[in-house]
Amino acid sequence: MLYREAGQFKTTYAADQQLFPIRQDRIGVITLLLVAFFAVPLLASEYWFSAILIPFLIFALAALGLNILTGYAGQLSLGSAAFMAVGAYAAYNFQLRIEGIPILVSFALAGLTAAGVGILFGLPTLRIKGFYLAVATLAAQFFIVWCLTKFPWLSNNSSSGVISTQQLIFFGHELKTPVEKYLLVLSIVVVMALAAKNMVRSTTGRAWMAVRDMDVAASVIGIKLMPTKLLAFAVSSFYCGVAGAMYAFCYLGSVEPDGFSLEMSFKILFMIIIGGVGSIMGSFLGAAFILLLPIFLDIALPFFADLFGLPFSSATVSHIQITVFGALIMFFLIVEPHGLARLWQIAKEKLRLWPFPH
Amino acid sequence: MIKSFKPALSAVALSLAMLSQGAAAAEEQFFPLIDYRVGPYGSNGQAFYGGFIDYLNYVNIKEKGVNGVQMTWEECETEYNNAKGVECYERLKSKAAKSAGPIHTMSTGISYALVDKSAQDKLPLAMMGYGRTDAVDGSVFPYAFPLVTTYQMQASAIVKFIKDKNGGNLAGKKIVYLYHDSAYGKEAIIAMEAEASLNKFTLVQIPVAHPGNEQGAQWLKIRQEKPDYVVFWGWGVMNQTALKAAQKVGFPRDKMIGSWWTGSEEDVIPAGDAAKGYMAATWNVAGKQVPVIADIEKVVYGAGKGNLQDVAKIGTVLYNRGVSAAVLSVEAIRKGQEKYGKGKALNGEQTRWALENLNINDARLKALGATDLLPEIKTSCDNHEGSGKVKIQQWDGAKWVPVSGWIEGNKSLIHPLFQASAKQYAKEKGITPRDCSKEK
Repeated sequence: MLYREAGQFKTTYAADQQLFPIRQDRIGVITLLLVAFFAVPLLASEYWFSAILIPFLIFALAALGLNILTGYAGQLSLGSAAFMAVGAYAAYNFQLRIEGIPILVSFALAGLTAAGVGILFGLPTLRIKGFYLAVATLAAQFFIVWCLTKFPWLSNNSSSGVISTQQLIFFGHELKTPVEKYLLVLSIVVVMALAAKNMVRSTTGRAWMAVRDMDVAASVIGIKLMPTKLLAFAVSSFYCGVAGAMYAFCYLGSVEPDGFSLEMSFKILFMIIIGGVGSIMGSFLGAAFILLLPIFLDIALPFFADLFGLPFSSATVSHIQITVFGALIMFFLIVEPHGLARLWQIAKEKLRLWPFPH
Repeated sequence: MIKSFKPALSAVALSLAMLSQGAAAAEEQFFPLIDYRVGPYGSNGQAFYGGFIDYLNYVNIKEKGVNGVQMTWEECETEYNNAKGVECYERLKSKAAKSAGPIHTMSTGISYALVDKSAQDKLPLAMMGYGRTDAVDGSVFPYAFPLVTTYQMQASAIVKFIKDKNGGNLAGKKIVYLYHDSAYGKEAIIAMEAEASLNKFTLVQIPVAHPGNEQGAQWLKIRQEKPDYVVFWGWGVMNQTALKAAQKVGFPRDKMIGSWWTGSEEDVIPAGDAAKGYMAATWNVAGKQVPVIADIEKVVYGAGKGNLQDVAKIGTVLYNRGVSAAVLSVEAIRKGQEKYGKGKALNGEQTRWALENLNINDARLKALGATDLLPEIKTSCDNHEGSGKVKIQQWDGAKWVPVSGWIEGNKSLIHPLFQASAKQYAKEKGITPRDCSKEK
């Protein structure tokens, strides 16, 4: 009853082509943004910003990047963490070596650097597909981490290879508190997510999806495979690169190449599988699930253990957490193999019919 | 997404409320324990943090706390994962606002991530034998303490040990530096290079990629190079592999000297016969002959309050290392109480002052029953390390035996390296260093 588009007539092309054509969606998104920009900074504690919200947004952006490549263009990649590493180290070097460069420009350049590297590792896609491509991107994962360790210039000759990021100067003002960092990350993520949403329904996005569904057919209808696939690699790596730069600058403050491990790439891949392959919103839902659930279990388990008087050590909690987490992943994949985003879609369809389902 | 915050928030609030209920009565000194007991390095963490907690319990039982202040702590599991470490830190931070002992993370990655944050939050970060080594320069790093000794000073001390064995002259010798190709392994290179040019020996650097369970190529190279010594910076499974590989190519184990993360029982026992004669640096000896370790077993485990599930770990190198970390932390609390009021808990700032003004001499160590558990240590604003000494121990096939006294690294060679690096850090971060001559 509430969620029904009946009676919303589009009278102009602009109205018909807008990003969120249904009024309820628009209201929902605007409310969400208002809450994120105004209510959350007022209500949340420092712990929420530094340990939960900032990493959630950053990983959501990385997952979004991978989703563009895997979900929309159909190219499986295991190198997301490596592209994040490229972004992090590139942003660090731009800040270090160009006097007075604004932080947003470094982030953008970091994204472009990652995009360049992404294109390079995307070249094999012209000949190989599917699982074999995943193995080829695995090479990116190992090569980039090796490269960052091997050449000390990239970490400004730090004896340990660890880089410690510079101050975040934003128009002459240093962003120090978690709230300020959160707002910066949020702004970047919102802009890039809306851009992605727009991109996937454009010519480019449709070309990606055509290639994903059947590349021979796509080339028959006149889509050039090589530029399309490489563009997907570039855009995806750009997103991962910016996420990596923010991971270093806004979240941890210091990173080492080994931190961007294969495990992290898998984590990002799981985010889109759980959240929904080929869905912008799924990237956010997946990131929330993979990042927040363990923390929630970590806090909730000792609480319930106390309640029932069970003697849980922190190690036991950790073991139980891993078990429960794994079980939940399997549960979700069995119940809804298309991810959390699909659940949301089903809910929307139900809402449309509610309260008269027949 | 936003909707789910509320129940989670209230769960956090509830659990915090439940934890703080008991805290009202006596003064308590809180230790935020960002530790790990599961994951790839879990068994190391179990021994280290087991020792740490056992000593805190020991102080609580034996002396009824420090001047009546009971030691309390809360653990948070990091699994040696940087992001989880940061999450744990943020979670325990609010609890540590009122009273905070030094934070020990036993992870270089996590401590790197916490260096800036802890300074901002005014919480002292201890990095005993890991972490950011240029934090020795306390003028740039007021809240970070690489206590006792650092990788670079250790490397220098090992070179000194070799030099003493060779009649004080290393000219023309060849030393291979075989290292774990990571932040940890690369940290000491700068010191080895400085020593090589000072002592005129040839340095050959050979990296081993993580995890290091295949070292055929590296040991082939070592056989070709025919070095006089191999200085060895390994970690985890790499250690036993190296020992077995050395046996295979016939390199004498008593010419191999490892860092302190290669010299625990976990490293040599799996190598079996191959480990006999192998030497490693350490700042704490193993074994139960140290009086305080024996006493902990009697008092704490006697009262049924021991932290270890596997009591065989008592007296191992890492267990004793955990105790040594706790001894330093508790001594800092004692020192701080002398200044800020006996019988009162210290907050992070006060603990920081205490860590910077530690002075534990041999007499004090003896009174604590901790002789040989630590070298003498005296910290100051421009020296957050406080000692820089290690012992060399040798594995005799069944136990670690110390084969040297305390050896100090070449401070005049190594400390300027720290200062240069700290200066660069200060410049990058826009920190104005404190003037150490004005600190008391």
